[in-house]
Amino acid sequence: MADTLDQLFVLLKHSVVGWLPAQWQPLGSAIISVAAIILIFAGLFAITTVLERKGLGRIQNRYGPNRVGPYGVLQPLADGLKALTKEDIVPRAADQVVHFLAPLILVVPVFLALAVVPVGRNMVAVDLDAGVLFFFAVGAATELSVFMAGWSSRNKYSMLGAMRAIAQMISYEVPLILSAVTVIMMVGSLSTVRIVEAQGSYSGWLPDWHVFTPWGLAGFVLFIIAGMAESNRSPFDLPEGESEIIAGYYIEYSGFKFALFFLGEYIGMFAISGLAITLFLGGWHAPFSFLTWIPSYVWFFTKLLGIIALFIWVRGTLPRLRMDQLMNFAWKFMLPMALINLVTAGVWHFMPPGIVRWLVCSLLVLAPYVALARGLLQHKAIGKRTYRYAD
Amino acid sequence: MTAPFAIIAALTIASAVCAMALRNLVHCALSLTLTFAGLAALYLQLDAQFVGFAQILIYIGAVAILIVVAILLTRGSGPAQQPILSPLWIGGVAVAVVVFSLLTAMIASSSVTRRGFAPPQPDITVRQIGNQLMTKYILPLEVIGLLLTAALIGAVIIAMQEKETK
Repeated sequence: MADTLDQLFVLLKHSVVGWLPAQWQPLGSAIISVAAIILIFAGLFAITTVLERKGLGRIQNRYGPNRVGPYGVLQPLADGLKALTKEDIVPRAADQVVHFLAPLILVVPVFLALAVVPVGRNMVAVDLDAGVLFFFAVGAATELSVFMAGWSSRNKYSMLGAMRAIAQMISYEVPLILSAVTVIMMVGSLSTVRIVEAQGSYSGWLPDWHVFTPWGLAGFVLFIIAGMAESNRSPFDLPEGESEIIAGYYIEYSGFKFALFFLGEYIGMFAISGLAITLFLGGWHAPFSFLTWIPSYVWFFTKLLGIIALFIWVRGTLPRLRMDQLMNFAWKFMLPMALINLVTAGVWHFMPPGIVRWLVCSLLVLAPYVALARGLLQHKAIGKRTYRYAD
Repeated sequence: MTAPFAIIAALTIASAVCAMALRNLVHCALSLTLTFAGLAALYLQLDAQFVGFAQILIYIGAVAILIVVAILLTRGSGPAQQPILSPLWIGGVAVAVVVFSLLTAMIASSSVTRRGFAPPQPDITVRQIGNQLMTKYILPLEVIGLLLTAALIGAVIIAMQEKETK
């Protein structure tokens, strides 16, 4: 029974594909997978927008949307209708073709990236031999879309926003990939399915996820921070800093093109979170060995919603960074930590299992963390905050 | 010649021509990016997953961005004033013809063509590439890795020296 429930969607797909004539079966299977990814993650996008606005409202001591439907849950529907019916304004000076293509070039790669994220047992659109590499390769195309949007609008603010976004994305891509490399080193495969399988065992009733090792914990934290910056989430939302450059690279977009940018940003966030779950949080595996009867996709989406909740919480809590703080953090803190974490993973691999390995590797993570933090704060006096004007 | 190959090849060549012929430099850079993507698609069509994805990651993710940023930092993004055809176009054509004939001659004389039209398809997985890199080609890999890490850390250290304010 539990097995059938677990494989429910896989069996459903097989039965639908089985009705098709033989030469159409590969195409039919691909179309069903693609349609499922687009529908599920676009639906999740709608749910997330309302959860985020509600959550932020709660954090900021206000109600959030509460007019459309009970408790405002139908707000995404109203937003979607509004975006669809709004006039699509393109500036006269804008580069028409590039301006039109930019949102498409953002949305297509982020959906493509989801194709290699396993959302359940046997539930992955394509099991590529180089899955993680594919993920980062298609993710790289989003930078180009941001540049196209910023440049084609012929607006100084959007150009500034695009430049900020490109600088930020390139800087944080380095620690992002370096922290993912540790997992690839330990598992010995670039395939996302193999990486999830490698975390499938349990010691006692606790799972053997990568996050429960010193290198995995450091890698996970680095990966989540870099992923937050890659998807332009607060506190790394400088590209759209409303108070300085109005809305950044999508300032000249309205109507449905703006909605596409919004969608692309959120789907990108889901993709990065999905990869973080795959690499560090055991993919679709249950967190305790006695809970394995719950279907695998339930666990994946529970973890995904957990990470999204973390993102919303961070967004509601931390103020936006300054540009120099952002760059310093990437290059002077994240990059050295990611490089040291690679060494830690190597040490972990070659030491015999036991308490000594735990101590040595924890020290290898903690000592550079303390040393780097102390070193970077050397010249700055951190004390009680004083206000010059607002007293 | 299969249909996918024909489509990809036509797209690659057309975008390469656009990259040379368009008046606006940023448009040229963007069509060059499309050429890179076409090349990556060609690699993927030949079942070379690793090379294909690495091509996308490095050329579209890094080199294309480098080119557009360099264009924006060095000159205005408006259309160029001078004519597209350089006065030295005869020399350019001559060089192109010489390179093309040289390449054709090399390919024609190589042993690949004598093997017939259906060479046995090598099934190279990413795992095999990794194994080869870690065993046979370990020294070049280590040298490149050391060089790149040194360059990376060097760049950070250069940026680390903050200017004394006041």
